[in-house]
Amino acid sequence: MNVRHYTPRQQIALFHFVIILQKLKGHEEVNPETPYTSDTVGNPGAAPPRLPFSRVTQEDLAFFRTLLPGRTITDPDLLKSSNVDWLKTVEGNSEVLLRPKTTEEVSQILRYCNERNLAVCPQGGNTGLVGGSVPVFDEIILSTSLMKQVITFDNISGILTCQAGCVLENLSNYLEERDFIMPLDLGAKGSCHIGGNVSTNAGGLRLLRYGSLRGTVLGLEVVLADGRILNCLATLRKDNTGYDLKQLFIGSEGTLGVITAVSILCPRKPKAVNVAFLGCSSFQQLLETFQCCRGMLGEILSAFEFLDASCMSLLEKHLKLTNPITESPFYIVIETAGSNATHDEEKLHKFLEEVMTSSLVTDGTVATEATKIKALWSLRERVTEALTHEGYTYKYDISLPVEKIYDLVQDMRGHLGDMAKNVVGYGHVGDGNLHLNITSPSKDPALLAAIEPYVYEWTSKWKGSISAEHGLGLKKRNYIYYSKPSEAVALMGSIKAMLDPKGILNPYKTLPDNIH
Amino acid sequence: MSARVLVGVKRVIDYAVKIRVKPDRTGVVTDGVKHSMNPFCEIAVEEAVKLKEKKLVKEVVAVSCGPQQVQETIRTALAMGADRGIHVEVSGKDYETLGPLQVSKILAALAKKEQADLIILGKQAIDDDCNQTGQMTAALLDWPQGTFASEVNIEADKLKVVREIDGGLETIKINLPAVVTADLRLNTPRYATLPNIMKAKKKKIANVKPADLGVDVSSRLEVLKVDEPPQRQAGVKVETVHDLVGKLKEAGRI
Repeated sequence: MNVRHYTPRQQIALFHFVIILQKLKGHEEVNPETPYTSDTVGNPGAAPPRLPFSRVTQEDLAFFRTLLPGRTITDPDLLKSSNVDWLKTVEGNSEVLLRPKTTEEVSQILRYCNERNLAVCPQGGNTGLVGGSVPVFDEIILSTSLMKQVITFDNISGILTCQAGCVLENLSNYLEERDFIMPLDLGAKGSCHIGGNVSTNAGGLRLLRYGSLRGTVLGLEVVLADGRILNCLATLRKDNTGYDLKQLFIGSEGTLGVITAVSILCPRKPKAVNVAFLGCSSFQQLLETFQCCRGMLGEILSAFEFLDASCMSLLEKHLKLTNPITESPFYIVIETAGSNATHDEEKLHKFLEEVMTSSLVTDGTVATEATKIKALWSLRERVTEALTHEGYTYKYDISLPVEKIYDLVQDMRGHLGDMAKNVVGYGHVGDGNLHLNITSPSKDPALLAAIEPYVYEWTSKWKGSISAEHGLGLKKRNYIYYSKPSEAVALMGSIKAMLDPKGILNPYKTLPDNIH
Repeated sequence: MSARVLVGVKRVIDYAVKIRVKPDRTGVVTDGVKHSMNPFCEIAVEEAVKLKEKKLVKEVVAVSCGPQQVQETIRTALAMGADRGIHVEVSGKDYETLGPLQVSKILAALAKKEQADLIILGKQAIDDDCNQTGQMTAALLDWPQGTFASEVNIEADKLKVVREIDGGLETIKINLPAVVTADLRLNTPRYATLPNIMKAKKKKIANVKPADLGVDVSSRLEVLKVDEPPQRQAGVKVETVHDLVGKLKEAGRI
């Protein structure tokens, strides 16, 4: 079926139509091959039927056990946490978890699985939010948790080379002792692996200052679906020799190859870091504060984040955090990072005086000490955690023109009315990235139907992205057409077919079902 | 009430920083390391400001002893609500050897000069953990002391202090003037908000030298060496319960 010439809305409608046709033809029984997921059958976010991969046999297990003695896990209790995502909304039933230590082992695993037609789900810290990091059915889980060596660090160029299973926070600590920092930072830093960050092109809190991984990653070592090792671990700032293959793998969510090592450019640790926590009475004023901030703090600005009053009440209610300033409709977290504390404080204080006297900001506080900075940042970083205490969360990670960001939250509130318990907005407003979260006491298909595709159509109307940084994973793969034209998606399919002809790498993820 | 409160604030290495011992083992590395107000001093400032907000005291004066940088710490106290500051200039070798005895002599002299009715200090500093300054100051002034305070109330002309002690809580009533040292549960220090930070810039910090107060800051103590605590040994992973029991027996634990 050629769906190239339909609009996204029509394609989704067609998708539903096909499901209904199938039901009418008599496929009414719940297909045992369709796993339990958070959504009902017939929803584009649910899993498709299992593709005809081989199943793991005793011989396969014998091979793995010989290759990875003591690191081939088949105990269901141990497998449980790797089969479920962090949000506890998607669960697979893999029976094998492999923990290689070297690139060579990964290569042998993939070569074997490719020959045997066994599906593989690469897994880092399992902190992804779109169901991309856990198996859908019985895919073999390939974990990077034992690939945690730092290979080299050059403290003149700031180039770090390490295995893909290094935990982001550990890398940060390693670098900080040497007067450098990682160019990215996110709430999941205590668990996420750098390989996973690169496979999902993670954004995070410092993107505003240091740019995306597409700029800071200098080289990758990737194992392809057939076991070939692609060593592009260059440690050069500039290298224009041929096509830049690493860009294919960055953000490919484990579907084009398994990243086994990364070389990344790290900035110097700033000598002076300040965090200001401000309150604004309207989104318009927040935007004007951003303008002012850009103008007066420009070169030292390293983060500009926001959260709304609903987020603050959830933080107070579930995590017992205190609001350091008077209650406001909007809160901003501004971070500056520079090489001279006195200069930065002067700039920051001038900026704060300006926004206070012009009433763009109604209240605020500033911190220079590490403990207080951590406390202020936790007000932004722990919103995701606070939401998990509200029941079931529907998460949307949207890129929009900055002025439109909060309009989506308000329209959603109006549109959903009493159906939703909370509709909150927070995120990287400096990057034009909104995290829209809607909660209900338990999963509610009627609520989901009201949210989707309304939220995607709204986003598409303003030419935004339906997934700014979280990726598509399982949950959003079929919505790709809202943000990419069908010619682009078709080309993606061709690249996938070329690099992974049997489709064993992280199947059912990232690319839409109709690509086959 | 026309009471004046003196609050001592100490500039210490920030509690979240990883401490490093100097290679020559004479002390810890302080150069380029993040400093901030001692957490117990913050609680002391908060208590003083609270008393002023309740109109039980009239003026809060923040005091700190040290080099130029301690002015930052005094400014933080001013931003939290103190009315004015006093910077007692001590630098170089004198600052390195400055300890509770000298500081309490300074505070006692200032208390007399400023005619303070109450001195509130943190119970101890997180760098030396001495827990001596409050007690020594009270002794030098011959004032009563309410240390490890988790609650302070002014009742008529007396101070009711609930103290945290090993057995639980002890409530005492002491005459004013007095010295109080703040413990963790006394209060939660406020964040300095922008309007107050701006106001603080205009508040006065007076400069004074120990000699002006008739205090000799030379130390009678000599630090012989400073060492890191012993490295924590890595844990050992065992495969079976049998192994666990065996290892515990080996270690003499069972």
